Amino acid sequence: MTIRKCLQSIAFHILAVMISVIALVPFLWMISTSLKSSGALLAVPIQWIPEEPTLQAYVRLFSLTGILRSIVNSFIVTAGAVVFTLASSSLAAFALSKIEFRGREGVFMLFIASMMLPSQVLFIPLYLIMNNLGLVNNLIAIILPYLFQAFAVFMLRQQMMSIPDTYLDAAAIDGAGLLRSFITVFLPMCRTALVTLAIIISMNAWNDYLMPLVILTSSENYTLPIILNSLSGQFKTGYDLLMAGSLVSIAPLLVVYIVFQRYFASGLQVGGIKG
Amino acid sequence: MAVKGRSGIRRALPFLLPSLAGGLLFSLLPIIISLFLSLTDWTGMTPISLNPVSFLPFIADNFTGFDNFKTILTTSEFWTVLSHNLYFIVLYLPLMLIFSMTCALIIGSRRHGSQVYRVLYYIPVLTSWVAGALIWKWLLSPVYGPVNNFLAIFGIEGPMWLQSEVWAMPSIVLASVWKDMGFYGMILLGGLKAINPEYYEAAGIDGADRCQIFFRITLPLLSSVIFYVVMLSLINAFQLFPQVMVMTTNAGPNGATEVMVERIYKYAFRFGKMGYAAAFSWLLFIVIMIFTLFQKLGERRFVSYDN
Repeated sequence: MTIRKCLQSIAFHILAVMISVIALVPFLWMISTSLKSSGALLAVPIQWIPEEPTLQAYVRLFSLTGILRSIVNSFIVTAGAVVFTLASSSLAAFALSKIEFRGREGVFMLFIASMMLPSQVLFIPLYLIMNNLGLVNNLIAIILPYLFQAFAVFMLRQQMMSIPDTYLDAAAIDGAGLLRSFITVFLPMCRTALVTLAIIISMNAWNDYLMPLVILTSSENYTLPIILNSLSGQFKTGYDLLMAGSLVSIAPLLVVYIVFQRYFASGLQVGGIKG
Repeated sequence: MAVKGRSGIRRALPFLLPSLAGGLLFSLLPIIISLFLSLTDWTGMTPISLNPVSFLPFIADNFTGFDNFKTILTTSEFWTVLSHNLYFIVLYLPLMLIFSMTCALIIGSRRHGSQVYRVLYYIPVLTSWVAGALIWKWLLSPVYGPVNNFLAIFGIEGPMWLQSEVWAMPSIVLASVWKDMGFYGMILLGGLKAINPEYYEAAGIDGADRCQIFFRITLPLLSSVIFYVVMLSLINAFQLFPQVMVMTTNAGPNGATEVMVERIYKYAFRFGKMGYAAAFSWLLFIVIMIFTLFQKLGERRFVSYDN
Protein backbone atom coordinates (compact mmCIF):
# COMPACT_ATOMS: atom_id res chain seq x y z
CA MET A 1 0.00 0.00 0.00
CA THR A 2 2.74 2.47 0.90
CA ILE A 3 4.69 1.57 -2.25
CA ARG A 4 1.59 2.28 -4.28
CA LYS A 5 1.16 5.63 -2.55
CA CYS A 6 4.76 6.44 -3.26
CA LEU A 7 4.43 5.54 -6.94
CA GLN A 8 1.31 7.63 -7.22
CA SER A 9 3.11 10.56 -5.71
CA ILE A 10 5.98 10.16 -8.16
CA ALA A 11 3.58 9.96 -11.11
CA PHE A 12 1.85 13.11 -9.89
CA HIS A 13 5.06 15.08 -9.71
CA ILE A 14 6.29 13.83 -13.08
CA LEU A 15 3.08 15.08 -14.67
CA ALA A 16 3.18 18.36 -12.74
CA VAL A 17 6.79 18.97 -13.69
CA MET A 18 6.06 18.19 -17.34
CA ILE A 19 3.36 20.84 -17.40
CA SER A 20 5.72 23.24 -15.63
CA VAL A 21 8.30 22.59 -18.33
CA ILE A 22 5.74 23.40 -21.02
CA ALA A 23 4.76 26.57 -19.19
CA LEU A 24 8.28 27.76 -18.45
CA VAL A 25 10.60 26.62 -21.24
CA PRO A 26 9.45 29.46 -23.52
CA PHE A 27 10.51 31.95 -20.82
CA LEU A 28 13.85 30.25 -20.25
CA TRP A 29 14.46 30.37 -24.00
CA MET A 30 13.52 34.05 -23.94
CA ILE A 31 16.03 34.77 -21.16
CA SER A 32 18.72 32.67 -22.79
CA THR A 33 18.23 34.41 -26.14
CA SER A 34 18.28 37.86 -24.60
CA LEU A 35 21.76 37.11 -23.19
CA LYS A 36 23.26 36.09 -26.52
CA SER A 37 25.36 38.11 -28.89
CA SER A 38 24.00 38.60 -32.40
CA GLY A 39 26.46 35.97 -33.62
CA ALA A 40 25.50 33.31 -31.09
CA LEU A 41 21.86 33.88 -32.01
CA LEU A 42 22.22 32.13 -35.35
CA ALA A 43 24.76 29.51 -34.34
CA VAL A 44 24.10 25.94 -35.47
CA PRO A 45 23.79 23.77 -33.46
CA ILE A 46 21.83 26.16 -31.27
CA GLN A 47 23.21 27.15 -27.89
CA TRP A 48 20.62 26.25 -25.26
CA ILE A 49 22.61 28.23 -22.76
CA PRO A 50 24.62 31.15 -24.20
CA GLU A 51 28.32 30.27 -24.19
CA GLU A 52 29.39 33.87 -23.75
CA PRO A 53 26.50 35.64 -22.04
CA THR A 54 26.35 39.36 -22.71
CA LEU A 55 24.01 42.21 -21.87
CA GLN A 56 24.51 43.68 -25.35
CA ALA A 57 20.87 43.20 -26.32
CA TYR A 58 19.67 45.15 -23.29
CA VAL A 59 22.13 47.96 -23.95
CA ARG A 60 20.94 48.16 -27.55
CA LEU A 61 17.31 47.97 -26.49
CA PHE A 62 17.53 50.87 -24.07
CA SER A 63 19.52 52.96 -26.52
CA LEU A 64 16.65 52.76 -29.02
CA THR A 65 14.63 55.94 -29.02
CA GLY A 66 11.19 55.48 -27.61
CA ILE A 67 11.79 52.47 -25.37
CA LEU A 68 12.03 54.35 -22.10
CA ARG A 69 9.19 56.55 -23.24
CA SER A 70 7.02 53.51 -23.98
CA ILE A 71 7.66 52.10 -20.52
CA VAL A 72 6.56 55.41 -19.00
CA ASN A 73 3.52 55.43 -21.30
CA SER A 74 2.56 51.92 -20.24
CA PHE A 75 2.81 52.94 -16.60
CA ILE A 76 0.65 56.02 -17.24
CA VAL A 77 -2.01 53.99 -19.04
CA THR A 78 -2.03 51.30 -16.36
CA ALA A 79 -2.18 53.75 -13.46
CA GLY A 80 -4.86 55.79 -15.22
CA ALA A 81 -6.93 52.72 -15.98
CA VAL A 82 -6.74 51.53 -12.37
CA VAL A 83 -7.65 54.93 -10.91
CA PHE A 84 -10.52 55.51 -13.33
CA THR A 85 -11.96 52.03 -12.85
CA LEU A 86 -11.72 52.00 -9.07
CA ALA A 87 -13.07 55.53 -8.64
CA SER A 88 -16.01 55.39 -11.00
CA SER A 89 -16.98 51.79 -10.25
CA SER A 90 -16.87 52.11 -6.47
CA LEU A 91 -18.97 55.28 -6.62
CA ALA A 92 -21.54 53.55 -8.82
CA ALA A 93 -21.50 50.43 -6.67
CA PHE A 94 -22.16 52.54 -3.59
CA ALA A 95 -25.17 54.22 -5.20
CA LEU A 96 -26.51 50.88 -6.40
CA SER A 97 -26.20 49.22 -3.01
CA LYS A 98 -26.68 51.90 -0.36
CA ILE A 99 -28.79 54.71 -1.81
CA GLU A 100 -32.43 54.00 -2.43
CA PHE A 101 -33.97 55.48 -5.53
CA ARG A 102 -36.64 54.54 -8.01
CA GLY A 103 -35.35 52.52 -10.92
CA ARG A 104 -32.30 51.28 -9.07
CA GLU A 105 -32.84 47.69 -10.12
CA GLY A 106 -33.32 48.88 -13.69
CA VAL A 107 -30.02 50.76 -13.71
CA PHE A 108 -28.28 47.73 -12.27
CA MET A 109 -29.79 45.50 -14.94
CA LEU A 110 -28.46 47.92 -17.57
CA PHE A 111 -24.96 47.49 -16.18
CA ILE A 112 -25.30 43.71 -16.24
CA ALA A 113 -26.74 43.70 -19.76
CA SER A 114 -23.85 45.81 -21.00
CA MET A 115 -21.47 42.98 -20.15
CA MET A 116 -22.98 41.13 -23.09
CA LEU A 117 -22.24 43.94 -25.53
CA PRO A 118 -19.98 42.78 -28.30
CA SER A 119 -16.53 44.24 -27.67
CA GLN A 120 -15.36 43.40 -31.18
CA VAL A 121 -17.83 45.86 -32.71
CA LEU A 122 -16.68 48.65 -30.43
CA PHE A 123 -13.19 49.52 -31.63
CA ILE A 124 -14.11 51.11 -34.98
CA PRO A 125 -16.68 53.53 -33.53
CA LEU A 126 -14.47 54.16 -30.50
CA TYR A 127 -11.76 55.31 -32.87
CA LEU A 128 -14.28 57.64 -34.48
CA ILE A 129 -15.43 59.03 -31.14
CA MET A 130 -11.87 59.65 -29.99
CA ASN A 131 -11.16 61.31 -33.32
CA ASN A 132 -14.07 63.67 -32.72
CA LEU A 133 -12.87 64.43 -29.22
CA GLY A 134 -9.44 65.20 -30.69
CA LEU A 135 -7.92 62.37 -28.67
CA VAL A 136 -6.46 60.15 -31.38
CA ASN A 137 -2.80 59.50 -30.64
CA ASN A 138 -3.39 60.50 -27.02
CA LEU A 139 -2.98 58.17 -24.04
CA ILE A 140 -6.14 59.65 -22.49
CA ALA A 141 -8.14 57.90 -25.22
CA ILE A 142 -6.93 54.53 -23.95
CA ILE A 143 -7.71 55.40 -20.34
CA LEU A 144 -11.13 57.05 -20.69
CA PRO A 145 -13.14 53.92 -21.59
CA TYR A 146 -12.11 52.44 -18.23
CA LEU A 147 -14.64 54.78 -16.63
CA PHE A 148 -17.22 52.18 -17.46
CA GLN A 149 -16.39 48.69 -16.24
CA ALA A 150 -19.60 46.83 -15.57
CA PHE A 151 -17.91 43.78 -14.05
CA ALA A 152 -16.10 46.02 -11.57
CA VAL A 153 -19.37 47.66 -10.53
CA PHE A 154 -20.91 44.23 -10.17
CA MET A 155 -18.07 42.94 -8.03
CA LEU A 156 -17.93 45.99 -5.74
CA ARG A 157 -21.72 46.08 -5.37
CA GLN A 158 -21.67 42.49 -4.11
CA GLN A 159 -19.03 43.51 -1.62
CA MET A 160 -20.88 46.59 -0.40
CA MET A 161 -24.18 44.76 -0.03
CA SER A 162 -22.51 42.58 2.56
CA ILE A 163 -21.73 45.64 4.70
CA PRO A 164 -24.66 46.37 7.05
CA ASP A 165 -26.55 49.65 6.60
CA THR A 166 -26.00 50.41 10.27
CA TYR A 167 -22.51 51.67 9.43
CA LEU A 168 -24.10 54.30 7.24
CA ASP A 169 -26.62 55.25 9.93
CA ALA A 170 -23.88 55.55 12.53
CA ALA A 171 -21.90 57.79 10.23
CA ALA A 172 -25.02 59.88 9.57
CA ILE A 173 -25.52 60.39 13.30
CA ASP A 174 -21.96 61.65 13.50
CA GLY A 175 -22.99 64.16 10.89
CA ALA A 176 -21.07 62.63 8.03
CA GLY A 177 -22.51 63.10 4.56
CA LEU A 178 -22.86 60.29 2.07
CA LEU A 179 -19.62 61.06 0.30
CA ARG A 180 -17.68 61.18 3.55
CA SER A 181 -19.03 57.90 4.86
CA PHE A 182 -18.34 56.40 1.45
CA ILE A 183 -14.70 57.44 1.66
CA THR A 184 -14.04 56.87 5.35
CA VAL A 185 -16.17 53.79 6.02
CA PHE A 186 -17.04 51.88 2.87
CA LEU A 187 -13.89 52.13 0.77
CA PRO A 188 -11.63 50.81 3.54
CA MET A 189 -14.03 47.93 4.15
CA CYS A 190 -13.85 46.92 0.48
CA ARG A 191 -10.10 46.93 0.22
CA THR A 192 -9.66 43.26 -0.70
CA ALA A 193 -12.06 43.64 -3.59
CA LEU A 194 -10.38 46.90 -4.60
CA VAL A 195 -6.90 45.38 -4.61
CA THR A 196 -8.15 42.39 -6.59
CA LEU A 197 -9.76 44.69 -9.12
CA ALA A 198 -6.66 46.86 -9.33
CA ILE A 199 -4.64 43.78 -10.22
CA ILE A 200 -7.07 42.55 -12.88
CA ILE A 201 -7.23 46.00 -14.45
CA SER A 202 -3.46 46.50 -14.38
CA MET A 203 -3.03 43.23 -16.16
CA ASN A 204 -5.54 44.15 -18.85
CA ALA A 205 -4.25 47.69 -19.31
CA TRP A 206 -0.57 46.79 -19.28
CA ASN A 207 -1.04 44.06 -21.89
CA ASP A 208 -3.74 45.71 -24.01
CA TYR A 209 -3.07 45.50 -27.73
CA LEU A 210 -6.05 46.33 -29.95
CA MET A 211 -7.06 49.77 -28.65
CA PRO A 212 -3.51 51.16 -28.41
CA LEU A 213 -2.82 49.75 -31.88
CA VAL A 214 -5.80 51.62 -33.27
CA ILE A 215 -5.47 54.84 -31.28
CA LEU A 216 -1.72 55.48 -30.95
CA THR A 217 -0.29 56.58 -34.26
CA SER A 218 3.11 58.04 -33.46
CA SER A 219 5.95 56.23 -31.80
CA GLU A 220 6.46 58.67 -28.92
CA ASN A 221 3.03 57.64 -27.64
CA TYR A 222 3.44 53.88 -28.05
CA THR A 223 2.89 51.59 -25.09
CA LEU A 224 5.22 48.63 -24.55
CA PRO A 225 3.24 46.00 -26.47
CA ILE A 226 2.89 48.37 -29.43
CA ILE A 227 6.56 49.29 -29.57
CA LEU A 228 7.48 45.61 -29.27
CA ASN A 229 5.15 44.92 -32.15
CA SER A 230 6.77 47.60 -34.27
CA LEU A 231 10.28 46.46 -33.33
CA SER A 232 9.41 42.97 -34.50
CA GLY A 233 8.64 44.43 -37.91
CA GLN A 234 11.84 46.46 -37.91
CA PHE A 235 14.28 43.83 -36.65
CA LYS A 236 12.80 40.69 -38.15
CA THR A 237 15.57 38.38 -36.98
CA GLY A 238 16.93 40.46 -34.11
CA TYR A 239 15.58 38.05 -31.57
CA ASP A 240 18.20 38.95 -28.94
CA LEU A 241 16.70 42.43 -28.91
CA LEU A 242 13.08 41.26 -29.17
CA MET A 243 13.48 38.77 -26.32
CA ALA A 244 15.14 41.41 -24.14
CA GLY A 245 12.14 43.66 -24.87
CA SER A 246 9.70 40.86 -24.07
CA LEU A 247 11.40 40.25 -20.74
CA VAL A 248 11.25 43.94 -19.89
CA SER A 249 7.52 43.96 -20.69
CA ILE A 250 6.80 40.88 -18.57
CA ALA A 251 8.94 41.70 -15.52
CA PRO A 252 6.76 44.35 -13.80
CA LEU A 253 3.61 42.19 -13.89
CA LEU A 254 5.58 39.23 -12.65
CA VAL A 255 6.72 41.21 -9.62
CA VAL A 256 3.17 42.39 -8.93
CA TYR A 257 1.94 38.82 -9.30
CA ILE A 258 4.45 37.39 -6.87
CA VAL A 259 3.77 40.08 -4.27
CA PHE A 260 -0.03 40.00 -4.51
CA GLN A 261 -0.41 36.35 -5.37
CA ARG A 262 -3.27 35.58 -3.02
CA TYR A 263 -5.47 38.27 -4.53
CA PHE A 264 -5.18 36.72 -7.97
CA ALA A 265 -6.93 33.50 -7.12
CA SER A 266 -9.96 35.26 -5.68
CA GLY A 267 -10.14 37.79 -8.49
CA LEU A 268 -10.01 35.29 -11.26
CA GLN A 269 -13.56 34.07 -11.27
CA VAL A 270 -14.76 37.63 -11.63
CA GLY A 271 -12.11 38.61 -14.12
CA GLY A 272 -13.20 35.70 -16.24
CA ILE A 273 -16.55 37.31 -16.88
CA LYS A 274 -14.89 39.98 -18.96
CA GLY A 275 -12.70 37.47 -20.73
CA MET B 1 -36.01 51.95 7.35
CA ALA B 2 -34.10 54.35 5.17
CA VAL B 3 -32.40 57.13 7.01
CA LYS B 4 -33.23 60.58 5.79
CA GLY B 5 -30.88 61.88 3.17
CA ARG B 6 -30.09 58.43 1.90
CA SER B 7 -32.67 58.03 -0.79
CA GLY B 8 -33.75 59.66 -3.99
CA ILE B 9 -32.29 59.78 -7.44
CA ARG B 10 -30.84 63.24 -6.83
CA ARG B 11 -28.54 61.84 -4.19
CA ALA B 12 -27.65 58.80 -6.22
CA LEU B 13 -26.93 60.57 -9.48
CA PRO B 14 -23.59 62.19 -8.58
CA PHE B 15 -22.30 58.79 -7.56
CA LEU B 16 -23.52 57.16 -10.74
CA LEU B 17 -22.47 59.92 -13.08
CA PRO B 18 -18.87 58.97 -13.99
CA SER B 19 -19.82 55.39 -14.70
CA LEU B 20 -23.00 56.24 -16.58
CA ALA B 21 -21.26 58.89 -18.66
CA GLY B 22 -18.54 56.39 -19.52
CA GLY B 23 -21.12 53.77 -20.45
CA LEU B 24 -23.07 56.15 -22.62
CA LEU B 25 -20.04 57.52 -24.45
CA PHE B 26 -17.89 54.44 -24.77
CA SER B 27 -20.39 51.59 -24.92
CA LEU B 28 -23.85 52.66 -26.01
CA LEU B 29 -22.87 55.40 -28.45
CA PRO B 30 -20.28 53.21 -30.23
CA ILE B 31 -22.86 50.48 -30.73
CA ILE B 32 -25.28 52.94 -32.33
CA ILE B 33 -22.57 54.50 -34.49
CA SER B 34 -21.38 51.10 -35.58
CA LEU B 35 -24.89 50.13 -36.68
CA PHE B 36 -25.10 53.27 -38.83
CA LEU B 37 -21.62 52.83 -40.26
CA SER B 38 -22.31 49.27 -41.28
CA LEU B 39 -24.96 50.60 -43.66
CA THR B 40 -22.58 52.97 -45.46
CA ASP B 41 -19.61 52.76 -47.77
CA TRP B 42 -17.53 55.16 -45.65
CA THR B 43 -13.85 54.69 -46.39
CA GLY B 44 -12.48 56.14 -43.18
CA MET B 45 -10.35 58.55 -45.21
CA THR B 46 -12.78 61.48 -45.02
CA PRO B 47 -13.37 62.80 -41.50
CA ILE B 48 -16.82 62.37 -39.96
CA SER B 49 -18.29 64.69 -37.38
CA LEU B 50 -20.46 63.06 -34.74
CA ASN B 51 -22.51 66.21 -34.40
CA PRO B 52 -26.02 64.93 -35.33
CA VAL B 53 -26.50 67.91 -37.64
CA SER B 54 -23.77 66.67 -39.94
CA PHE B 55 -23.61 62.98 -38.93
CA LEU B 56 -27.07 62.00 -40.15
CA PRO B 57 -26.74 63.73 -43.56
CA PHE B 58 -23.34 62.10 -43.91
CA ILE B 59 -24.84 58.68 -43.26
CA ALA B 60 -27.66 59.47 -45.71
CA ASP B 61 -25.17 60.52 -48.41
CA ASN B 62 -23.12 57.38 -48.06
CA PHE B 63 -26.04 55.08 -47.34
CA THR B 64 -25.85 51.78 -49.16
CA GLY B 65 -28.43 49.80 -47.20
CA PHE B 66 -27.54 46.20 -46.58
CA ASP B 67 -25.09 46.08 -49.48
CA ASN B 68 -22.10 45.51 -47.18
CA PHE B 69 -23.78 42.55 -45.55
CA LYS B 70 -24.82 41.11 -48.91
CA THR B 71 -21.33 41.50 -50.34
CA ILE B 72 -19.67 39.95 -47.31
CA LEU B 73 -22.02 36.97 -47.18
CA THR B 74 -21.77 36.28 -50.91
CA THR B 75 -17.98 36.63 -51.11
CA SER B 76 -16.07 33.48 -50.39
CA GLU B 77 -13.63 35.37 -48.14
CA PHE B 78 -16.03 35.58 -45.19
CA TRP B 79 -16.65 31.85 -45.24
CA THR B 80 -12.96 31.03 -45.64
CA VAL B 81 -12.08 33.28 -42.73
CA LEU B 82 -14.90 31.83 -40.63
CA SER B 83 -13.63 28.34 -41.43
CA HIS B 84 -10.18 29.40 -40.19
CA ASN B 85 -11.68 30.47 -36.87
CA LEU B 86 -13.57 27.18 -36.66
CA TYR B 87 -10.44 25.22 -37.54
CA PHE B 88 -8.64 27.04 -34.73
CA ILE B 89 -11.45 26.12 -32.31
CA VAL B 90 -11.50 22.46 -33.34
CA LEU B 91 -7.78 22.13 -32.66
CA TYR B 92 -7.65 24.43 -29.65
CA LEU B 93 -10.65 23.44 -27.57
CA PRO B 94 -9.83 19.76 -26.82
CA LEU B 95 -6.15 20.55 -26.17
CA MET B 96 -7.01 23.49 -23.95
CA LEU B 97 -9.57 21.45 -21.97
CA ILE B 98 -7.16 18.56 -21.41
CA PHE B 99 -4.32 20.82 -20.33
CA SER B 100 -6.35 23.18 -18.17
CA MET B 101 -8.10 20.24 -16.51
CA THR B 102 -4.72 18.67 -15.77
CA CYS B 103 -3.53 22.00 -14.35
CA ALA B 104 -6.63 22.27 -12.18
CA LEU B 105 -6.25 18.72 -10.83
CA ILE B 106 -2.58 19.31 -10.03
CA ILE B 107 -3.14 22.65 -8.34
CA GLY B 108 -6.19 21.35 -6.49
CA SER B 109 -4.49 18.26 -5.11
CA ARG B 110 -3.48 18.32 -1.48
CA ARG B 111 0.00 17.02 -2.26
CA HIS B 112 3.15 18.80 -1.34
CA GLY B 113 4.20 21.40 -3.90
CA SER B 114 0.85 22.06 -5.51
CA GLN B 115 1.05 25.71 -4.44
CA VAL B 116 4.33 26.10 -6.30
CA TYR B 117 2.77 24.68 -9.45
CA ARG B 118 -0.08 27.14 -9.07
CA VAL B 119 2.32 30.06 -9.30
CA LEU B 120 4.22 28.56 -12.24
CA TYR B 121 1.20 27.68 -14.38
CA TYR B 122 -0.14 31.18 -14.16
CA ILE B 123 2.94 32.96 -15.51
CA PRO B 124 2.03 32.55 -19.21
CA VAL B 125 -1.36 34.12 -18.45
CA LEU B 126 0.34 37.29 -17.19
CA THR B 127 2.39 37.67 -20.31
CA SER B 128 1.16 40.11 -22.91
CA TRP B 129 0.18 38.50 -26.18
CA VAL B 130 2.78 40.51 -28.05
CA ALA B 131 5.61 39.15 -25.91
CA GLY B 132 4.13 35.65 -25.84
CA ALA B 133 3.66 35.60 -29.60
CA LEU B 134 7.23 36.83 -30.22
CA ILE B 135 8.59 34.13 -27.95
CA TRP B 136 6.63 31.45 -29.80
CA LYS B 137 7.59 32.77 -33.20
CA TRP B 138 11.21 32.35 -32.14
CA LEU B 139 10.62 28.95 -30.49
CA LEU B 140 9.14 27.70 -33.74
CA SER B 141 11.78 29.16 -36.01
CA PRO B 142 12.47 26.27 -38.42
CA VAL B 143 16.31 26.31 -38.32
CA TYR B 144 17.32 28.20 -35.19
CA GLY B 145 14.34 27.44 -32.97
CA PRO B 146 14.58 25.02 -30.06
CA VAL B 147 11.46 23.06 -31.01
CA ASN B 148 12.83 21.77 -34.30
CA ASN B 149 16.29 21.32 -32.78
CA PHE B 150 14.74 19.27 -30.01
CA LEU B 151 12.83 17.14 -32.51
CA ALA B 152 16.05 16.66 -34.46
CA ILE B 153 17.56 14.88 -31.44
CA PHE B 154 15.05 12.08 -32.12
CA GLY B 155 15.72 12.21 -35.82
CA ILE B 156 12.46 13.99 -36.58
CA GLU B 157 12.59 16.75 -39.13
CA GLY B 158 10.24 19.44 -37.82
CA PRO B 159 7.87 21.32 -40.12
CA MET B 160 8.30 24.93 -41.24
CA TRP B 161 5.66 25.90 -38.66
CA LEU B 162 4.54 29.49 -39.24
CA GLN B 163 5.98 29.55 -42.72
CA SER B 164 4.00 26.53 -43.82
CA GLU B 165 0.41 26.82 -44.97
CA VAL B 166 -0.49 23.57 -43.20
CA TRP B 167 1.29 24.24 -39.92
CA ALA B 168 0.68 27.98 -39.47
CA MET B 169 -2.67 27.61 -37.69
CA PRO B 170 -1.57 24.66 -35.50
CA SER B 171 1.39 26.82 -34.42
CA ILE B 172 -0.98 29.52 -33.30
CA VAL B 173 -3.05 26.91 -31.48
CA LEU B 174 0.03 25.68 -29.60
CA ALA B 175 0.91 29.18 -28.44
CA SER B 176 -2.70 29.83 -27.42
CA VAL B 177 -3.00 26.62 -25.40
CA TRP B 178 0.25 27.50 -23.64
CA LYS B 179 -1.01 30.98 -22.80
CA ASP B 180 -4.53 30.00 -21.72
CA MET B 181 -4.18 26.70 -19.84
CA GLY B 182 -3.40 28.41 -16.53
CA PHE B 183 -6.30 30.83 -16.86
CA TYR B 184 -8.98 28.22 -17.55
CA GLY B 185 -7.22 25.89 -15.13
CA MET B 186 -7.88 28.37 -12.31
CA ILE B 187 -11.56 28.64 -13.26
CA LEU B 188 -11.89 24.84 -13.31
CA LEU B 189 -10.11 24.76 -9.95
CA GLY B 190 -12.86 26.96 -8.54
CA GLY B 191 -15.36 24.33 -9.69
CA LEU B 192 -13.31 21.48 -8.21
CA LYS B 193 -13.19 23.15 -4.83
CA ALA B 194 -16.96 23.59 -4.84
CA ILE B 195 -17.59 19.84 -5.04
CA ASN B 196 -18.91 18.49 -1.78
CA PRO B 197 -16.18 16.25 -0.27
CA GLU B 198 -18.83 13.84 1.03
CA TYR B 199 -19.16 12.45 -2.49
CA TYR B 200 -15.52 11.44 -2.47
CA GLU B 201 -15.79 9.91 1.00
CA ALA B 202 -18.80 7.90 -0.08
CA ALA B 203 -17.00 6.75 -3.22
CA GLY B 204 -13.98 5.78 -1.13
CA ILE B 205 -16.14 3.65 1.15
CA ASP B 206 -17.69 1.97 -1.89
CA GLY B 207 -14.16 1.13 -3.07
CA ALA B 208 -14.21 3.18 -6.27
CA ASP B 209 -10.81 3.66 -7.92
CA ARG B 210 -9.36 6.97 -9.07
CA CYS B 211 -10.55 6.61 -12.65
CA GLN B 212 -14.09 5.83 -11.58
CA ILE B 213 -14.09 8.75 -9.17
CA PHE B 214 -12.90 11.13 -11.85
CA PHE B 215 -15.35 10.05 -14.55
CA ARG B 216 -18.37 9.30 -12.33
CA ILE B 217 -18.13 12.10 -9.77
CA THR B 218 -15.68 14.87 -10.62
CA LEU B 219 -16.49 15.25 -14.29
CA PRO B 220 -20.30 15.23 -14.00
CA LEU B 221 -20.29 17.64 -11.04
CA LEU B 222 -17.87 19.88 -12.88
CA SER B 223 -19.96 19.94 -16.04
CA SER B 224 -21.48 23.37 -15.44
CA VAL B 225 -18.05 24.92 -14.91
CA ILE B 226 -16.73 23.10 -17.97
CA PHE B 227 -19.59 24.55 -20.00
CA TYR B 228 -18.73 28.00 -18.70
CA VAL B 229 -15.10 27.50 -19.73
CA VAL B 230 -16.15 26.25 -23.16
CA MET B 231 -18.43 29.25 -23.66
CA LEU B 232 -15.80 31.74 -22.54
CA SER B 233 -13.10 30.15 -24.68
CA LEU B 234 -15.39 30.01 -27.73
CA ILE B 235 -16.16 33.71 -27.44
CA ASN B 236 -12.45 34.43 -27.06
CA ALA B 237 -11.54 32.11 -29.92
CA PHE B 238 -13.76 34.00 -32.32
CA GLN B 239 -11.96 37.17 -31.28
CA LEU B 240 -8.53 35.64 -31.85
CA PHE B 241 -6.30 38.52 -32.94
CA PRO B 242 -3.00 39.63 -31.38
CA GLN B 243 -1.25 36.28 -31.70
CA VAL B 244 -2.16 36.17 -35.39
CA MET B 245 -0.98 39.73 -35.99
CA VAL B 246 2.36 39.19 -34.28
CA MET B 247 3.16 35.60 -35.22
CA THR B 248 2.23 35.68 -38.90
CA THR B 249 3.10 38.54 -41.20
CA ASN B 250 0.30 39.16 -43.68
CA ALA B 251 -1.78 36.43 -42.09
CA GLY B 252 0.47 33.52 -42.97
CA PRO B 253 1.36 31.80 -46.22
CA ASN B 254 -1.54 32.02 -48.66
CA GLY B 255 -3.68 33.69 -45.99
CA ALA B 256 -3.73 30.54 -43.85
CA THR B 257 -4.25 32.50 -40.64
CA GLU B 258 -6.70 35.14 -41.85
CA VAL B 259 -9.28 35.33 -39.06
CA MET B 260 -12.33 37.45 -38.29
CA VAL B 261 -10.96 40.26 -36.12
CA GLU B 262 -7.79 40.44 -38.21
CA ARG B 263 -9.94 41.05 -41.30
CA ILE B 264 -12.06 43.64 -39.48
CA TYR B 265 -8.96 45.50 -38.32
CA LYS B 266 -7.36 45.44 -41.75
CA TYR B 267 -10.49 46.49 -43.63
CA ALA B 268 -10.97 49.37 -41.22
CA PHE B 269 -7.44 50.66 -40.81
CA ARG B 270 -5.40 49.35 -43.75
CA PHE B 271 -7.75 48.92 -46.71
CA GLY B 272 -9.88 52.02 -46.15
CA LYS B 273 -13.23 50.27 -45.90
CA MET B 274 -14.66 51.36 -42.55
CA GLY B 275 -18.31 50.72 -43.41
CA TYR B 276 -17.51 47.27 -44.72
CA ALA B 277 -15.45 46.51 -41.59
CA ALA B 278 -18.31 47.63 -39.33
CA ALA B 279 -20.70 45.28 -41.14
CA PHE B 280 -18.11 42.51 -40.82
CA SER B 281 -17.93 43.08 -37.06
CA TRP B 282 -21.71 42.76 -36.71
CA LEU B 283 -21.64 39.49 -38.62
CA LEU B 284 -18.96 38.27 -36.23
CA PHE B 285 -21.21 39.24 -33.34
CA ILE B 286 -24.09 37.27 -34.88
CA VAL B 287 -21.87 34.22 -35.33
CA ILE B 288 -20.86 34.43 -31.66
CA MET B 289 -24.51 34.79 -30.62
CA ILE B 290 -25.49 31.70 -32.61
CA PHE B 291 -22.74 29.67 -30.99
CA THR B 292 -23.62 30.91 -27.53
CA LEU B 293 -27.23 29.93 -28.13
CA PHE B 294 -26.31 26.40 -29.20
CA GLN B 295 -24.10 26.25 -26.17
CA LYS B 296 -26.96 27.17 -23.85
CA LEU B 297 -29.13 24.48 -25.40
CA GLY B 298 -26.36 21.94 -24.96
CA GLU B 299 -25.88 23.03 -21.37
CA ARG B 300 -29.52 22.37 -20.53
CA ARG B 301 -29.18 18.88 -21.93
CA PHE B 302 -25.86 17.70 -20.56
CA VAL B 303 -25.10 19.49 -17.33
CA SER B 304 -25.80 17.70 -14.08
CA TYR B 305 -26.36 19.80 -11.02
CA ASP B 306 -25.59 18.90 -7.49
CA ASN B 307 -29.02 18.78 -5.84
